[in-house]
Amino acid sequence: MIHDFGIVWDQRGLLMSGLANTALLSVIAAVVSLLLGSALTPAMMSRRRAVAGAARAFVDAMRCIPFLLFAYIVYYGLPSLGINFDNWSAGLAALMLYNTAYMAEILRGAWAAMPREPIEAGTAFGFSGVRLFRRIVLPGLVLSAGPVVGNQLIQIIKDSAFLTIIALPELTHAASSIQSRYYVPFAAFITAVALYWGLCLVVEGGVNVLRRLADARR
Amino acid sequence: MNALPHPVLNVVGVSKSFGAVEVLSDISFQVGKGETVCVLGPSGSGKSTLLRCINWLEKPDAGHVYLNGEPVGVTSAGVVMNDRRLSQIRTRIGMVFQHFALWPHLTVLQNLIEAPLQVQRRPRAEIHEEALALLAKVGLHDKRDAFPARLSGGQKQRVGIARALAMRPDLLLFDEPTSALDPELVGEVLVVMRDLAHEGMTMVIVTHEMTFAREAATRVLFLDRGRMVETGTPDQFFSRPATERARQFLQRYAAEAVTAQR
Ligand SMILES: Nc1ncnc2c1ncn2[C@@H]1O[C@H](COP(=O)(O)OP(=O)(O)OP(=O)(O)O)[C@@H](O)[C@H]1O
Ligand SMILES: [Mg+2]
Repeated sequence: MIHDFGIVWDQRGLLMSGLANTALLSVIAAVVSLLLGSALTPAMMSRRRAVAGAARAFVDAMRCIPFLLFAYIVYYGLPSLGINFDNWSAGLAALMLYNTAYMAEILRGAWAAMPREPIEAGTAFGFSGVRLFRRIVLPGLVLSAGPVVGNQLIQIIKDSAFLTIIALPELTHAASSIQSRYYVPFAAFITAVALYWGLCLVVEGGVNVLRRLADARR
Repeated sequence: MNALPHPVLNVVGVSKSFGAVEVLSDISFQVGKGETVCVLGPSGSGKSTLLRCINWLEKPDAGHVYLNGEPVGVTSAGVVMNDRRLSQIRTRIGMVFQHFALWPHLTVLQNLIEAPLQVQRRPRAEIHEEALALLAKVGLHDKRDAFPARLSGGQKQRVGIARALAMRPDLLLFDEPTSALDPELVGEVLVVMRDLAHEGMTMVIVTHEMTFAREAATRVLFLDRGRMVETGTPDQFFSRPATERARQFLQRYAAEAVTAQR
């Protein structure tokens, strides 16, 4: 057993680059999906029925597809429609689009739960449109939705493991290639689990900072 | 009522219904520069709706609102204004809310600076200096870096007033600024409002504080079931109300005041 972990230790370069790729994929996907989601949220809340309906349909559809299946569609399905991706672009695109729906829904819920009066005060003081959203609504959303967004980031980190099926060299892919080359499944996978766990602890730390900021304002 | 030569606020025939319920019916009045007009009336008589129609938070069904002679909400050609234009006009009408409506993510000082900086786009140094002076004026200089959640109700409302003043408004609207406060905190807010009245700020104040209205108002409007039943000087209104409804309203307040004192 100790010997197995020794083998994994020798392959640490591979695991570390897997970990870096997982972190990179997840953070980019989280940031982009949060941005796209915050653009989609006003659409979901739009007074125009068609706009609200289309946004709602996208969000509901995404949230009902298993991520693995969605990644398959993006990487294997879209090329048959003439849209070709390398595995990095496909993996990132799948993670981003999929989580845009979740982020939009998280932000919408937080927005609906926000007290109306400060927003109304924003309108009364001359804020409107994008400026009202960016200066008055969004900061409150970030504070109240922060912990849930952090949760979603953890979900993204875990979902990114599925991208091993399109040969993206992320952490799970690194662990499974070590185990298949040296046949050390327990050592390889348990090490990967520990690394995922470490990543989640970092996210938790960030969430706690946000939570403290929010508590000071509550 | 005599027409004022250059009213700051001119409300002409404003009506508003919610569904089948007519909440405001053909309301007209003017407010001259430096006037303090108190709007009185029973609960549900349409006082808040009237204030909200003035800055078009609520769109009137009929009638017009003019600020310093300029139409609010609808252009002179009769077209509904775009958001940008309407926002511009709203920056000249300060509003103070019953439940304060401060921006919770910003500190006290940032609450004052936000709209002048982001909407009016005045120079930052000037805004900052004025904001600090306003906080000193309402007695909250030492709270400038606190978040609203850490303040008492009276302090929050004083911030609310300072925030409105930071816009250098031509007109200030107050919607029951002391109704959400514990009785012992009402005084500190009324003091600030009295000072503003003496300094010649133009104000429309919806209130249930009869003593304040009597002492500080230059004129009183009495609303009942969406109609402006009576208007006059506080002295006229409180000593010699012209209508039966106003008499009943005042009697009920007098009775409540007596009960409260016991
Ligand atoms: N958005 C709305 N939709 C439907 N009805 C409304 C709306 N706003 C107000 N109303 C109704 O209009 C009437 C007048 O309301 P308003 O808030 O203007 O009264 P008010 O004089 O301010 O009362 P209060 O002293 O209780 O604050 C009430 O019957 C109220 O229920
Ligand atoms: Mg009201």
